[in-house]
Amino acid sequence: MNFVVNGEALALEATTLADLLLALEYEGEWLATAINGDLVHREDRAETHLEEGDRIEILSPMQGG
Amino acid sequence: MLKLYDTELSSRLLLGTARYPSPAVLSEAVKRSGAGIVTVSLRRETSGSRTGGAFFELIRQLGVRILPNTAGCHSASEAVLTAKMAREVFGTNWIKLEVIGHHDSLQPDVFELVEAARILTNEGFDVFPYTTDDLIVGEKLLAAGCRVLMPWCAPIGSAAGPRNPSALVAMRAAFPDIPLIVDAGLGRPSHAAVVMELGYDAVLLNTAVASAGDPPAMGEAFAKAIDAGRLAYLAGMLEPREMAVPSTPVIGKAVFS
Repeated sequence: MNFVVNGEALALEATTLADLLLALEYEGEWLATAINGDLVHREDRAETHLEEGDRIEILSPMQGG
Repeated sequence: MLKLYDTELSSRLLLGTARYPSPAVLSEAVKRSGAGIVTVSLRRETSGSRTGGAFFELIRQLGVRILPNTAGCHSASEAVLTAKMAREVFGTNWIKLEVIGHHDSLQPDVFELVEAARILTNEGFDVFPYTTDDLIVGEKLLAAGCRVLMPWCAPIGSAAGPRNPSALVAMRAAFPDIPLIVDAGLGRPSHAAVVMELGYDAVLLNTAVASAGDPPAMGEAFAKAIDAGRLAYLAGMLEPREMAVPSTPVIGKAVFS
């Protein structure tokens, strides 16, 4: 399927958000995820099914003022 | 003691974590400044990277309160989603709400800010709004559920110091029971002392410390200025006078001619 992950278009096989994170080698308790503008909680990623064209954001902590 | 959303804090300095020359310098600056709260942010993570995790671990080891921000957001919806993602990562209801409205001055879009504050308060967040010194906006933020206001005193990162002290005085008078934190524009410790002398409850700094020649020393200098300003405010200061008033009593003065 085709997705937009952190603003970048890519194609890969992933049924759930958890699958996608694994396939792209994202790991860590410090990650936050959203699909199409809605937060997806950590514990819901394995049950969150992806659809063609989903826009996925994967954020992590960084320095800020 | 400073109380923000039912949390008591011994320090009146909130410190940003960006722009330091190294993580070690950041860590040392937080310690020497005595800051009880540090601000952090969220950004897109690169595949396979552990940078975010390393930074998070560094912050956790400092043992201070974490105040995530929504820096870089330009709409209420963007800021609300960022706040929710920050709560997921950092495990706190605290959010420094920034909704930028102007690219050059980084002036907040106060209309989007009030809307985002209303939504986030209803979702259980404790909102720390980065705002202007406008009294009506302050009233609307309080009506939206905010229990702290964080006005700028000059544009973010400008180091210009208080550009409109009269407006800050008016804001203090208008909101006597609300914690007021100057959030942006301070460049040197004397600037911090000035706003603390005006009765402000705390200051939030980043660039002035992080970009100093010696950030940990500057953190300590700011902490001392903040304490001095607060003490002076509580002690009651003289109002300026137009004419001289002799400090040495003239009664009993010798007459030599």
